[in-house]
Amino acid sequence: MSLLAVHTLSKSFGGVQAVKDVSFELAAGEMLALIGPNGAGKTTCFNMLNGQLKADTGTVLFDGKELIGLNPRTIWRLGIGRTFQITATFASMTVRENVQMALLSHHRKVFSLWPRAADSFKEEADGLLDQVGMLHQADRACGILAYGDLKRLELSIALAHGPKLLLMDEPTAGMAPQERITLMELVSSIVKNTDISVLFTEHDMDVVFAHSDRLMVLNRGEIIAAGTADEIRNNDLVKEVYLGGGSTFDAGEKGAVHA
Amino acid sequence: MGFYLAQFLTGLASASSLFLVASGLSIIFGVTRIVNFAHGSFFMLGAYLAYTFVELMPHGILGFWGSVIAASLAVGLIGVLLEITLFRRIYKAPELFQLVATFGVVLVIQDLALWIWGAEDLFGPRAPGLEGAVRILGEPIPQYDLALIVLGPAVLLGVWLLFNKTRWGTLVRAATQDREMVSALGVNQSRLFTSVFFVGSTLAGLGGAVQLPREAASLLMDLNVIGEAFVVVVIGGMGSVPGAFLASVLIGELNAFGILVFPEITLVLAFLVMAVVLIVRPWGLLGRPDAVLRGASGPPEEPLRLFTPLSRNLILGLVGLLIVAPFIADEFTVVLLTDILIFTLFAVSLHFIMGPGGLVSFGHAAYFGLGAYGAALMVKYLGIGMISGLVVAPVVAGIGALIFGWFCVRLSGVYLAMLTLAAAQITWSIAFQWQDVTGGDDGILGIWPAEWASDKMTYYYLTLLLVFGGIYFIRRVVYAPFGFALRAGRDSALRVEAIGINLKTQQWMAFVLAGVFAGIAGGLYVYSKGSIFPDELAISRSVDGLVMVLLGGIQSLLGPIIGALSFTLLEDLVTRLDYWRIIFGGVILFIVVIAPEGLAGFARKLLPDRLTGKTEEEARS
Repeated sequence: MSLLAVHTLSKSFGGVQAVKDVSFELAAGEMLALIGPNGAGKTTCFNMLNGQLKADTGTVLFDGKELIGLNPRTIWRLGIGRTFQITATFASMTVRENVQMALLSHHRKVFSLWPRAADSFKEEADGLLDQVGMLHQADRACGILAYGDLKRLELSIALAHGPKLLLMDEPTAGMAPQERITLMELVSSIVKNTDISVLFTEHDMDVVFAHSDRLMVLNRGEIIAAGTADEIRNNDLVKEVYLGGGSTFDAGEKGAVHA
Repeated sequence: MGFYLAQFLTGLASASSLFLVASGLSIIFGVTRIVNFAHGSFFMLGAYLAYTFVELMPHGILGFWGSVIAASLAVGLIGVLLEITLFRRIYKAPELFQLVATFGVVLVIQDLALWIWGAEDLFGPRAPGLEGAVRILGEPIPQYDLALIVLGPAVLLGVWLLFNKTRWGTLVRAATQDREMVSALGVNQSRLFTSVFFVGSTLAGLGGAVQLPREAASLLMDLNVIGEAFVVVVIGGMGSVPGAFLASVLIGELNAFGILVFPEITLVLAFLVMAVVLIVRPWGLLGRPDAVLRGASGPPEEPLRLFTPLSRNLILGLVGLLIVAPFIADEFTVVLLTDILIFTLFAVSLHFIMGPGGLVSFGHAAYFGLGAYGAALMVKYLGIGMISGLVVAPVVAGIGALIFGWFCVRLSGVYLAMLTLAAAQITWSIAFQWQDVTGGDDGILGIWPAEWASDKMTYYYLTLLLVFGGIYFIRRVVYAPFGFALRAGRDSALRVEAIGINLKTQQWMAFVLAGVFAGIAGGLYVYSKGSIFPDELAISRSVDGLVMVLLGGIQSLLGPIIGALSFTLLEDLVTRLDYWRIIFGGVILFIVVIAPEGLAGFARKLLPDRLTGKTEEEARS
C-alpha cells in the first residue's frame, strides 16, 4: 500500500478553480516533486494536504487514515513533518532550543510548568542537529543565523518527531545556487538512510531533475503529466504549457535559475 | 409612544457627538495605525477652548458658532503640533509603545488643562437661538438636540465627499490600504499623515465644542469619551467612517434605551456589544479584515539565559536586604516596600503574557481588581478570614481570566488590546455601577488582615513571601516547556502549529496564569489598604502596569521588577505634587521615544558580562 493516496482533490476560491481533481500516490521512501508555473495550484495543494486549507472535495489517505478535516496539529502528530517556503523558526531561542521545542511537543510536555526546557531531550536534539550539520552552532541564537543555516535548522525541526512523510514547500527558495545543491543532497541522503518519503514543490529545475524519483506537473489546477525526469523532459504537453520552448530543460544546460 | 420617540431622539443626539469623536479617531487609526488615547484629550480641549472663545467673542448666534469653529480648528492645530513633535517618531514602534505614548499625552494634557482652566467644572452657555424645546408627540425635545441630529449626518456627508471626491481623499484611502505603496508612488507621507491628524483632531475638537451646551467642560471628559469612542471605532471597523456612524447610532440608542431596561448596567452594555462584535466580526461591522501592514519590527529577543553566579549572588543579597529591611527602616518605609512588592507581582504577571506571550493586555487591572473585590466581597458578605480571602482572590481572578481570556486569545494586535480593555471596562462598570453589592464609588471598607498579621511588619513578611513565591514560580514557568511553547508561539505562530502545539490553548492558559498572580497581588493589596475602590480596576491602573513593564524593559525578565520598583518610587515622590501627571506623562514619553529598551535593556548594555552573561557574539554586536 502506498503511504499517501490523494484522490480527486479539488478546491476553488470564489469562481477560480485552484485545484481540480488532483489524484496521485506516494510510496514509502520516495521523493516526489510537484512542479508547475506560478499560480498552478502547488501551494493550495500543499495546504490542503497539511490541513491549513479545507478541501472542497476529495480524499487524502495517509497510512490508511483520512486527513481531510483534520487540523495541522493533528496531521503533524500522525507523522507528517513540514518546512515552509519562507523559514518559520523561533528567533528568540537558540538553535538547539528550536529542536527541543519540537521534541517537547512530540513528547506532550508543553504544559509542564517546572523543569527547565533547555535541559530536556538534549541528546536527541543534538543528534538531530548533527544529522543536518548544525551541531556546531547549537548554542547560537537562531535570530542571527544565515538563511541557508536556517533552512537546515528548519529541516531538523521537521524531522524531530520521526515523521514518515516530509512536506517541503520550495525547500531551496531564496538560497544561493551552491547552498541549494548542498541542502537537497542532504535531504536525499536522509531519505536514503531513513526510508522517509518526501513530497516537495520546487522552481529550480536542476534541483527537481537531480533529486526526485518522480515528478508531477501541475497546470491550472490539474495534473497534466507525471513520470520520471526523462519522461517529463520529453513530454510534449509539458513542453508546451510549462516549459515554453523547452530549451531550459536540455539535459546539458546547467545553472538555469528560475525565481 | 411619544416618550419612546423622545428617548430615540436623545439617543440620536448623543450619537452625533460621539460620531464626531469616533470618526476622527477612526480616520487617524486608518492611516497611521496609531490607536490614539489622546483623542479623548482633543475632545476635552475642544470643550474647554469653546468655553474660552465664547467668553471672548460677542454673544449671539455668530459668536457661539464662531467659537465652536475656532475651537475645532485650534484643536486641529494642536493635533498637528503633536504629530510633528511626537507621533512622527513612533510610527515604526510596536503598537504597545504607541498606545502607551498616547496615554502619556493624555496625562500631560490633563495637567495643562488643570493649570489653564482650573479644577472646577465649567458650564458653557446654551446655544443662542436653540435654547427652547420643540414638542413632538407631546414630548419636549430640546432644539439643540435636533440641531445635533442634523449635524452628525452632515459631517458624515462632508467627510465622505472629502474622502471620495478629492485627490487628498484618494491618497488617504490608498494609504489606509497600503501606506508603503503610497510612499513608493512618490507621495509625501509625512505631509499626508500630518494632514490626516489635522482632520481627525479637528473633528474631535468639534465634538467637544458642540457638547458644551449639553455637558460642563471637566477634566474627566477625556477618559470618559475615549472609552466609548474606542467601542464605536471597534464596532464600526477601524478606519471606516460610515462604520463609525453606524456604531455611534447603535451605541447612542443602546444607552438611551438601555437606561430604561437595565439602569444598573448601562456602562457594561456598550462594552458587551463591542466584545460580541469583536468575537463575531473581529474587524468590525464595516471594517475590512487586516489591511496590509508592513514595517520593521524590532530585532529579535535574545535567547533566555540563567543567572550568572555573580548576578545570582547579587540577587540573593538583595533578598537578604529585603528580609532585614523592617529592622532598619521605619514603618512608613515598610508600608512603601509592601506596596512596591505587590505592584512588582502585578507587573511580573502582566509581563508574563506580554513579553513571553506576546499578547498586549490593556486591561490587566481587571484581574488585580477581581482578586481584590473577590476577597473584599467574601469578607463583607460571608465574613471569611484573611487566609481564605487570599485564596479566594486568585481563584476569582483566575475564573475571570478563564472567561475573558477565551475570547481574547482569538484576536491579535490592536484588536486583542481593545478586547482586553473592554473586558476590564466591563468589570470596572460592574464595580462602579452595581452599588447595592459593590458599594459603587464608595468602595468596600474595613477589609483588615487577621489579628496575627495586623502588624505592618508581619504583613510585610507575608507579602514578601507570597510575592517572591509568585515571581519565582513565574520565572520557572518561563524557563519550563510551557513558557518555551508560549514564546515559540510569539516568534512563529505558523511553526508552533506545524509542530503540534495548540497555540490558542497555550495562550489561554498563560492568560489564566497571569490573571491568577494578578489576583494574588490584588488580594494582598486589599488587605494592606483595608479597602478597595473601583479605581483599582480602571484604565489608569492597567496603564500603570504597562508603564512598569515598559519602564523596566519588555525584553527582560528582570524588567518588570525594576520597572515596578522605579514606578512605585516615582509615584510616591510625585503624587504629592500638584502637577504630578505632567511629570508622569513626561517620563512615559521619554521612555517610549528615547529608551524603548527600558531600564533593564539600558543597563544590560553597560554592565559587565560577568553580570549579564552576554555571549561574545552579542558583546561584539
